[in-house]
Amino acid sequence: MSREIRYREALREAIAEEMERDPRVFIMGEEVGRYQGAYKVTEGLFDRFGDKRVVDAPIAENGFAGIGVGAAMVGLRPIIEFMTWNFSAVAFDQILSNAAKVRQMSGGQFSCPIVFRGPNGSARQVGSQHSQSMEGFYAHVPGLKVVAPAFPRDAKGLLKAAIRDDNPVCFFESETLYSMKGEVPDPSEGDLLVEIGKANVCHEGSDVTIVSWSRITHVALEAAKLLAAEGISAEIVDLRSLRPLDEETILESVRKTHRAVVAHEGWPYGSVGAEVVDRIQRLGFDDLDAPVLRVTGMDVPMPYNARLEQHCLPQPAAIVSACKKVLYLE
Amino acid sequence: MFRAPMSEDQDELLRLYGQMQRIRRVEEECARAYAQGKIGGFLHLYIGQESVGVGAIAALRPDDYVIGTYRDHGLAMAKGMPARAVLAELFGKATGCSQGLGGSMHLFDAEHHMLGGYGIVGGHIPLAAGVAYASKYQGNGRVTLCFFGEGSVTIGSFHEALSLAALWKLPIVFICENNEYSMGTPLARSLSLEDVSQKALGYAMARDRFFARDVLEVKARIGEAVTRAREESEPTLVEVRTYRFRGHSMSDPGKYRTPEEIEAQKKLDPLQKARDALVAVLGEEKLAALDAEIEAETADAVKHAEEAPEPSPDILEPTTYVGEFAR
Ligand SMILES: Cc1ncc(C[n+]2csc(CCOP(=O)(O)OP(=O)(O)O)c2C)c(N)n1
Repeated sequence: MSREIRYREALREAIAEEMERDPRVFIMGEEVGRYQGAYKVTEGLFDRFGDKRVVDAPIAENGFAGIGVGAAMVGLRPIIEFMTWNFSAVAFDQILSNAAKVRQMSGGQFSCPIVFRGPNGSARQVGSQHSQSMEGFYAHVPGLKVVAPAFPRDAKGLLKAAIRDDNPVCFFESETLYSMKGEVPDPSEGDLLVEIGKANVCHEGSDVTIVSWSRITHVALEAAKLLAAEGISAEIVDLRSLRPLDEETILESVRKTHRAVVAHEGWPYGSVGAEVVDRIQRLGFDDLDAPVLRVTGMDVPMPYNARLEQHCLPQPAAIVSACKKVLYLE
Repeated sequence: MFRAPMSEDQDELLRLYGQMQRIRRVEEECARAYAQGKIGGFLHLYIGQESVGVGAIAALRPDDYVIGTYRDHGLAMAKGMPARAVLAELFGKATGCSQGLGGSMHLFDAEHHMLGGYGIVGGHIPLAAGVAYASKYQGNGRVTLCFFGEGSVTIGSFHEALSLAALWKLPIVFICENNEYSMGTPLARSLSLEDVSQKALGYAMARDRFFARDVLEVKARIGEAVTRAREESEPTLVEVRTYRFRGHSMSDPGKYRTPEEIEAQKKLDPLQKARDALVAVLGEEKLAALDAEIEAETADAVKHAEEAPEPSPDILEPTTYVGEFAR
């Protein structure tokens, strides 16, 4: 039996189920407890699990991210919430130099089973410092896993998998997705786990492949509708995991369509999108009938002005246009 | 010649002298091996500061935790890491504590609860607080000792960690080894105050401050803080005044201090002081015999490090992720 629940509720269920299952799991972050979560992801958890396991932290991202890393090294399973991923910049050193390194530096003696999570990317007119897509910085780092689900079901299944993973996992949500509803199996049907490292074809098609993740998967779905109206059949590969990357699912789709567009919200320079393009051209060169194109956020800090902000973000029309270009129809 | 029977203190002093001397000799061999090109990268020696790590760690239970900076050889050895594992690691060998992947700055030993040396100044202090956080969460009664230089006191992570440790009453002792210089910068040019322990005041944290000239005093004073951590779950900031006899690292030209200053400090060497006190009770012969034993152990460790195999590239992926590599 499936129910429709919101993305934030799916995340909450994942956290609650894992906390119920494993007493080593706790969540720490700003306003996660008594305030019920800045974006209400943790609503109700404080009352249910108490202050030992739902821990309100002061504004000290470097400090509490580091606390999480240390606790993970000696047997706990922390979930560290960043109010938004923008603020992870002041904790970057803890993730880059400690979480991603302790296993290697210790010759495999210690590991760091921790989840860093929070909303990522643009919200609405929150300006340049609060609109950044941070996933690329983290996907760059060996030792980390990076996931960015687009749908409530995947959000739940991936978060549960991330909490159980023995490695540090960076989990990217989106404020603009929190209220979105979607089908999620009832907990009575058993544990919903989505394997990290597996992409999902969320829309089948035959003429062109669109690779995307997180909020932009929904933009790609709109683009696919517009394309369908013009008789073009687009297939959408929703990556879900950015590291590891599911090469096989991407290539399988490209083998079918022979054309690919990669769409994402973050900046173009050296992004996960660039990595995807490299893999497609390197591993699928013979299957391609056109160069792979990208639709990305504009290569500028996000402006506050509403129109300019929309101008900077990937829109369905831009994805449509890129698809037509790889089909040599434009 | 008549000698008074050894008191408990003298017994302990002999044990701690042995540890300090082992560290000193290993460090000297490291310097030599570095000059011969057998050790690469950065090398930060603990010579002159041995009484801090040895005295402090002597106040611990075996299951307590130690975390430090890149100046970690002495801490690792005091926590129980064998000289062979230290030297093999510095030589980049497969039998090193971290299989040759960590090197001098990153000595880890899960068995002895040595949770590593870290290379980003101050970056390990929140992590140490997290280890103490876990001890409190798990109720295992363990105390964490976190070592750092006074250079760490100027960076944000130090303050965030102290702030949180005080707020959440974590069982941890923050030990600032104030050796007067952060690389070439004397204390007066990096901090606006001379008494580093005062930094605890803003966090309503207990504090202490003393010179590390007597290893037994270090043990006793850190012991008070360890008791506070274990019994009251309260953190302490302890500033231990010390001095490094060698450069910051092997590449330090040392122009920021005079040879006279270093010579004057060497006259206060806590290691020599411990030896002199022991000789007065036990006689030179007994100490010479112990030194010879340590000499042999050190030579064995160097030989082991030289002969040990190199790690294979096969270990790179499995030591990056648990399970399958995420590519
Ligand atoms: C964040 C950071 N900045 C700079 C450095 C380079 N660095 C390494 S050690 C050091 C001096 C630290 O001195 P102190 O904290 O007094 O410790 P000591 O070396 O005396 O033990 C500096 C500047 C670093 N490793 N990390």
